[in-house]
Amino acid sequence: MSVRAIRLFLLLALACGARAEIPLAERRSGYLDMGRETRAMQDDDAVNPATLWVLDGEALWARKAGAAARSCADCHRDARDSMQGVAARHPAFDAATGKIANLESRINRCRVERQQAPPLAYESRELLALTAYVGLQSRGMPIQVESSERTRPFLEAGRATYFRRQGQLNLACTQCHDERAGRRLAGNLIPQGHPTGYPIYRLEWQGMGSLYRRIRNCMIAVRAEPYAPASPEIVELEMFLKRRARGMPLETPAVRP
Amino acid sequence: MARVVVNAPKQAKRGEIVEIRTLAGHNMETGFRRTQLGELVPRDIITRFTCSYNGVEVFSADLHPAIAANPLIAFSTVASESGTLEFRWTGDNGFSATHTASITVD
Repeated sequence: MSVRAIRLFLLLALACGARAEIPLAERRSGYLDMGRETRAMQDDDAVNPATLWVLDGEALWARKAGAAARSCADCHRDARDSMQGVAARHPAFDAATGKIANLESRINRCRVERQQAPPLAYESRELLALTAYVGLQSRGMPIQVESSERTRPFLEAGRATYFRRQGQLNLACTQCHDERAGRRLAGNLIPQGHPTGYPIYRLEWQGMGSLYRRIRNCMIAVRAEPYAPASPEIVELEMFLKRRARGMPLETPAVRP
Repeated sequence: MARVVVNAPKQAKRGEIVEIRTLAGHNMETGFRRTQLGELVPRDIITRFTCSYNGVEVFSADLHPAIAANPLIAFSTVASESGTLEFRWTGDNGFSATHTASITVD
């Protein structure tokens, strides 16, 4: 074999081993794969059941809480102005801790430090209501998490988790959501896994759930031990997923089947 | 008091058919599910929904365990006169929710 042939062979081998990622232009939100009725449910706030949580969130925003007897609105004023774009850029780097935080932990940090109240439990109705209300203020805005020198280690770690085989079934996120997206797992369509509408109202759950709940579902399905809520691995993975969905419009609060 | 969302037109022409959509926050626990220890989770559902238009019942529905959580009920009525629409949901364990909306007919 000539040197050129060897070089070509190596190049081909590299290309085959390269990670299959969905090209930016071919990404699609799970919304596009839903039935007409489910899409109609998401499109109209009057019939979107997530509205019940959004209204709760709006009430919580104005309610005084904790030893400081302070409400979210006392500092942040009108969420419709101050919270615009916030959900689209979370998880974000938190300069105070030197780590990244998702929207849920950011809200809880405010609760503990500013309101001097106990943090809200993950997946509790209150926390889902507040994240849905804050998320709604970014609806239609492009998802854009920070990709810079300071967030690179976290994004890299999230990417590594995404491509790591896990659990007794020994599957990585990428194997379903990149390589087999659009195909079927039993009767269900495998989505590309872009977190465009969280927290979502999922018909299967008969209620609202966060991105963590969705990831935990996947981890249990591949028979892996789920990460703890708001653990570094989860927030890194959430950030990587948001980076992967960059530029896609936020749909919060979305409805999924 | 449970949270409800009602979408009804504020204005309508006399004789016009108007669509009313209601959403009530409720778990609709079927009574058929069991806990991990095998105990039956008691039924807790909305059993009846009524809508009165100026005191006259124009729509009602009996709800059963197979109805999803946060039931959405949409129906139509004829806008006959200005007044109020009163919505009432009642159910297990003394559940009760009401909502009123006013409609102007010209």
